[in-house]
Amino acid sequence: MINELGHYALILAFAVSIAQSIIPMWGAYKGYAEPMRFAQPAAITAFLMVGLAFAALTYAFINSDFSNRVVAANSHSLKPMLYKISGVWGNHEGSMLLWVLILTLFGGLVAALGNAIPPELKARTLSIQGMVGVAFLAFILFTSNPFDRLPFPPEDGSGLNPLLQDPGLAFHPPFLYLGYVGLSMPFSFAVAALIEGRVDAGWARWVRPWALAAWAALTIGIALGSYWAYYELGWGGWWFWDPVENASFMPWLVATALLHSVIVVEKRGTLQSWTILLAIIGFSLSLVGTFIVRSGIITSVHAFANDPERGVFILAMLGVAVGGSLILYTWRAPQLRSDAVFAVMSRESALVLNNLLMSVSCAVVFIGTLYPLLVELATGGESKISVGAPFFDLAFAPLMVLVLLVMPIGAALPWKRGDLPKAMTRIWPAVLLAFCVGAVFAMLRWGGPVLAPFAIMLSFWAIFGVLADLGERVKLGRAPFSESLRRLVNLPRSAWGQAVAHIGFGTTAFGVAAITAWASEDIRTANAGDMIPISTYEIRFDGVERERGPNFRVDVGRFTIFENGKEVGSIASEKRFYPVQRANTTEAGIRASLIEDVYVSLGDKQTDGSWAVRSYVKPYANWIWLGALIMTLGGLLSLSDRRHRVGAPTRARKQKVVAAE
Amino acid sequence: MRAISNRTAAKTALWVVCAALMFTPAQAVEPSEILDDPVLESRARELSKGLRCLVCRNQSIDDSDASLAKDLRVVVRERLVAGDSDEAVLDFVVDRYGEYVLLKPPFTMGNALLYLGGPLLLLVGGVGFWRLTRRPADGVQTATAPAPLSEDERRKLETLIGKND
Repeated sequence: MINELGHYALILAFAVSIAQSIIPMWGAYKGYAEPMRFAQPAAITAFLMVGLAFAALTYAFINSDFSNRVVAANSHSLKPMLYKISGVWGNHEGSMLLWVLILTLFGGLVAALGNAIPPELKARTLSIQGMVGVAFLAFILFTSNPFDRLPFPPEDGSGLNPLLQDPGLAFHPPFLYLGYVGLSMPFSFAVAALIEGRVDAGWARWVRPWALAAWAALTIGIALGSYWAYYELGWGGWWFWDPVENASFMPWLVATALLHSVIVVEKRGTLQSWTILLAIIGFSLSLVGTFIVRSGIITSVHAFANDPERGVFILAMLGVAVGGSLILYTWRAPQLRSDAVFAVMSRESALVLNNLLMSVSCAVVFIGTLYPLLVELATGGESKISVGAPFFDLAFAPLMVLVLLVMPIGAALPWKRGDLPKAMTRIWPAVLLAFCVGAVFAMLRWGGPVLAPFAIMLSFWAIFGVLADLGERVKLGRAPFSESLRRLVNLPRSAWGQAVAHIGFGTTAFGVAAITAWASEDIRTANAGDMIPISTYEIRFDGVERERGPNFRVDVGRFTIFENGKEVGSIASEKRFYPVQRANTTEAGIRASLIEDVYVSLGDKQTDGSWAVRSYVKPYANWIWLGALIMTLGGLLSLSDRRHRVGAPTRARKQKVVAAE
Repeated sequence: MRAISNRTAAKTALWVVCAALMFTPAQAVEPSEILDDPVLESRARELSKGLRCLVCRNQSIDDSDASLAKDLRVVVRERLVAGDSDEAVLDFVVDRYGEYVLLKPPFTMGNALLYLGGPLLLLVGGVGFWRLTRRPADGVQTATAPAPLSEDERRKLETLIGKND
């Protein structure tokens, strides 16, 4: 019953979304207020209906209703509750439902909170958002119905892929989707502005919070996925340049560019058409990502050809959304041209440079990801090539070096007309400090890769550069300390956000450089009592015990870590067997710290009774994800800036006006 | 109805297989494979990182626990022990499995776009950036700016955004 209610709610949401995409657009075209206002209740109703459907599916999962096909295929009565719930989106149908839920949530939020948005822009934006909703609801209803009933329900379900039964991965998809789908908002605003033919500072202020929110969610989502790979896959890899990863990384790069360029639109009233283009490309890449993951085309062109229904549907949506918006763009964007003077050395030029580097980085990932497909299609399958991590590392690293080099200087430049020597005098201590840190690491890790200390220097240049600029802005050392402190506290939240996010980026860069350069590894077979020397440690293998989990058997390998003959900790490394799916997973044992992780992974039992043991020491690994967290925090700080809370003028007036610079 | 659910079941199975291929826990290099000579072994590891496991999705043989990847790791080590140079080992593997096995494809005419796409875009973008910064200042006046706000609109905008800077 509840199952059918969910299905019905989804059909209602589809109908409401159709109305939402047509009526307000027509109203805005004719200038009729009433049809324009229709967008708000429609968007909110669509969200409520999809929410009802999502709740119904969740109910089916929680109660293990195996007459529902999706539940039967992806759940099991013995599964812990957390994974019964995360099972809702741990499959194709449910994840698409989550996609639409977030899409309509954002539409509903704009409808409910965006009272200050001019009625035409709001009507058109919600109408575009409604069109995206129609497409995805049709996709779900016609190709991926999550409420399909089985005529003969099985006694128990076939369970969720054990690798997905992990807290990190349980929350990875919702964050990723918040980011992917969050980019639909800038897209809808962009297309609405194109139809309207006007982009101004107000538009930029309405778009920026959405770009920020999407970017922050993507950052968290990608970091969760990366951290999951690190501890789950058994050898401490954290990024693989896998097509599915690239699919989430490309929108992130474009979102990064977008949230920088939108600042230029707001502050300098230029770069409008480029920003519109970025908003279109950002969401298009989200769609491409959905297509890559959901169609299976990258796994194999043949898998796609054998089961083309879903893939073709998404491809058609992609064609309409990307093609349509780009045609609209080429038609309308020339009218948006507004030229402003750019001095080479100015904040806006630095932001343009950021955009250039981020876009080229994204293009490199895009070309690399799709090139094998292109070659296969172009030669009719005659010739096949692979593009993997070695290529991406080679192509991507130089671009990131440039980003790190330029970032602190750009942030220290004033608007309109700056000069380099002046900016450098603001942040020269950072150069010195970064050099010292690099030198210290060169001595500590003597004999390691030659380039590594330079990479460390560069990362710390980014971090210290931001700090030096902050210090300069609050007149640290030039004014009484209390005055500096007061200025620091009164800095606008967006300035804080920028500084924090940039520090986060440097932090991640440092972690990446360190783990790439200085990780150590030991692979051997070991018996209980054996000592494994690695880096500065000795790890004692204490043996393996068999235990039982809620829905798995587990071999727990116990290890004791010694440093300089002294016991410093212990590690348990698990090898699980899930009988329902007949699948193994590993849970690496990690002694985590900010300095280095000691990482032990238990392999197979050998014929002579010993165990394969893989030990690693991963220096500064956690800085990679710590940096991502800091970046997200920066995004949220910036999001909380009161300038983004448009429509709250009374509050703004009460607040003390503080000079930004 | 029956036929449909069979088809959907097959589809579901396909998704599960894809997901499983995607996330197979990598145990990779096994202790028994490791060469006694640490120099040869580290060369073998470097080479392995650039070779694709043919049955996996974009995984190197160094990361994969598929039996085919293991076979290839052993082949690489055999060639190294036999005294082959790194290039000779790669040639040997490419001869047998084709260029598909290389995770970093060779720079050829067919792959020119792959390698030059990024630098070219950077160049084009760089030239655009340079021209943007060299634009004559009087361009501002002649450019077609969007229709200016009316007095009424301006007042509305200012109250909305809480004019503050």
